[in-house]
Amino acid sequence: MHKFTVLDGLVVPLDRANVDTDAIIPKQFLKSIKRAGFGPNLFDEWRYLDHGEPGMDPATRKPNPEFVLNFPRYAGGSVLLARDNFGCGSSREHAPWALEDYGIRAIIAPSFADIFYNNCFKNGILPIVLDAAAVGRLFRECETAEGYRLAIDLDRQTVTTPGGEVLGFEVDGGRKHRLLNGLDDIGLTLLQADRIKAYEERRKLEAPWLFN
Amino acid sequence: MPGQTLFQKLWDAHVVHVEADGTTLLYIDRHLVHEVTSPQAFEGLKLAHRIPRRVDAAIAVPDHNVPTTDRSQGIADPISRLQVETLDANCAEFGITEFGMDDIRQGIVHVIGPEEGLTLPGMTVVCGDSHTSTHGAFGALAFGIGTSEVEHVLATQCLWQKPSKTMLVKVDGTLGKGVTAKDIALAVIGEIGTAGGTGYALEFGGSAIRALSMEGRMTLCNMAIEAGARAGMVAVDQTTIDYVKGRPYSPKGDAWDKAVAWWNTLHSDADAAFDRVVELDAAQIAPQVTWGTSPEMVTTVGGRVPDPADAPSEVKRHDWTRALEYMGLAAGTPIAEIPVDKVFIGSCTNSRIEDLREAAGVAKGRRVASNVRLAMVVPGSGLVKQQAEAEGLDRIFVEAGFEWREPGCSMCLAMNADRLEPGERCASTSNRNFEGRQGQGGRTHLVSPAMAAAAACAGHFVDVRKL
Repeated sequence: MHKFTVLDGLVVPLDRANVDTDAIIPKQFLKSIKRAGFGPNLFDEWRYLDHGEPGMDPATRKPNPEFVLNFPRYAGGSVLLARDNFGCGSSREHAPWALEDYGIRAIIAPSFADIFYNNCFKNGILPIVLDAAAVGRLFRECETAEGYRLAIDLDRQTVTTPGGEVLGFEVDGGRKHRLLNGLDDIGLTLLQADRIKAYEERRKLEAPWLFN
Repeated sequence: MPGQTLFQKLWDAHVVHVEADGTTLLYIDRHLVHEVTSPQAFEGLKLAHRIPRRVDAAIAVPDHNVPTTDRSQGIADPISRLQVETLDANCAEFGITEFGMDDIRQGIVHVIGPEEGLTLPGMTVVCGDSHTSTHGAFGALAFGIGTSEVEHVLATQCLWQKPSKTMLVKVDGTLGKGVTAKDIALAVIGEIGTAGGTGYALEFGGSAIRALSMEGRMTLCNMAIEAGARAGMVAVDQTTIDYVKGRPYSPKGDAWDKAVAWWNTLHSDADAAFDRVVELDAAQIAPQVTWGTSPEMVTTVGGRVPDPADAPSEVKRHDWTRALEYMGLAAGTPIAEIPVDKVFIGSCTNSRIEDLREAAGVAKGRRVASNVRLAMVVPGSGLVKQQAEAEGLDRIFVEAGFEWREPGCSMCLAMNADRLEPGERCASTSNRNFEGRQGQGGRTHLVSPAMAAAAACAGHFVDVRKL
């Protein structure tokens, strides 16, 4: 898994609440059996004026000039600024895969949907919850100042604005540790194999119908 | 000691190990697998030279990509075909039972689990699909996971979790005629919002829930995720046990008796404390119709499209304006005056036999209106289809002008050939009215099966209670 330690990134403001994972990566791209290559189709229906299908060459597509990802000033952005309930709906991990493939490494919002939030950590993306007032302030600053960047430090759990304002955020200790070190979840869990086996042995006696 | 919630009982029964910070290694009893969210998980296993820990706990079925028309020639779209073939190959390689596309038991993963007795009370059930919350109807802890966690469950049979907060959604009283579990679900989402359940496991209780059939409870728990909750659940009662008895994978003999004894304890204790309680009066719930692009944008069939000027906040005003623009609707339009172009009856929310009976009850003796280009009925599984045909429901639908299809997810998310064209408006019994969900530019209104059938025959939304 990718590590996340510190990031100094250009901010892209996506000023919509309840952005669902169908919008982040539409269903036709879920037919892929690969984990990579979803970036060109991130926000496909908002980002392009033509209808996207798998296998199309992004260079031949018609970008929607009114969509924020297509504004030249936000090219190369790696911090996505979003509103409440970001990532709601489908559990598709293709959503964080698409964000990561595009180059987004951190997302700041007042709240995230549970499954999406969890999926981010599996893919080296840091979802940061800040209160709605702070997020509103960041939106205003970002839209006013071209080239607006934020400095994110996972170990210190801080977001620092160009003006020097330092905003703290909460993150679960276990998730933080895994993200900072890029640890393989499955490898860690397999260290618990004896405990899993002991549970299974006990459960086979209590609830034998669960084991066919 | 205060009483325990159903969630706590289910949680405690599955704890393998707890870390110092409360992060818990939770054991998973049942893993449902489909073709869309599993290929990368199997690939990950292979790359790491790992094998599934318990193939008997997993069951696989292709549902999202399968055609709902004639299947004798296989899947026309080569990318969809490859994804289904990849599932077939992975299941064959690792020895996981799969109900393939031509198996009578094939269907939507959240329909076949309960139908086969693969979903049982007291289980932890996961699937790489957010609508896994459906299985909570059985007094199970069931939730959707991403592909990394699909791989994790395959390899370890466990997941790292932290306990959710608990919310009791208490619905007392009697539902009016023509009002269904789908209407309860939409009314709850309208009440608490699409993020109202974030961080919570929802338990649905109260006399109106006790009175629901298992299929109604599944519809309700299915939509818990649309309120933001990963898991929804209903306590075990005799209705649950009667449904489970005699299913192919449900326990038999002594194991059955032992199971029932435990299952009968799977309810929240009378003095259990919830983090939040929401109460609704069943008698006050009218048939629901969504008007926007989030399930919380919902009103009653007698209502009107709201005016963004009346939105409770600036952010919502912005969302409502954008939603009305996308939906091609003017503020103040009566819901009953909105015409529909297509009607979809199906999905893991509403494709079971009772849903089809309810829709057929409305369609019987009526005709699909001339302005409706397509009205389709997609049963949830091969067995649901067979049952419906044995009851003659297919003939009622066909005579009324509906198309009678093969089972699968179909136009709920339009990964197969069934979809809306840009600008088309659909009365749908599915679960999400997101932009583009049923096809790019498509406009979805979520309703119950009876309301969808009624809209098909009237050509616009109509109060099913007044037919």
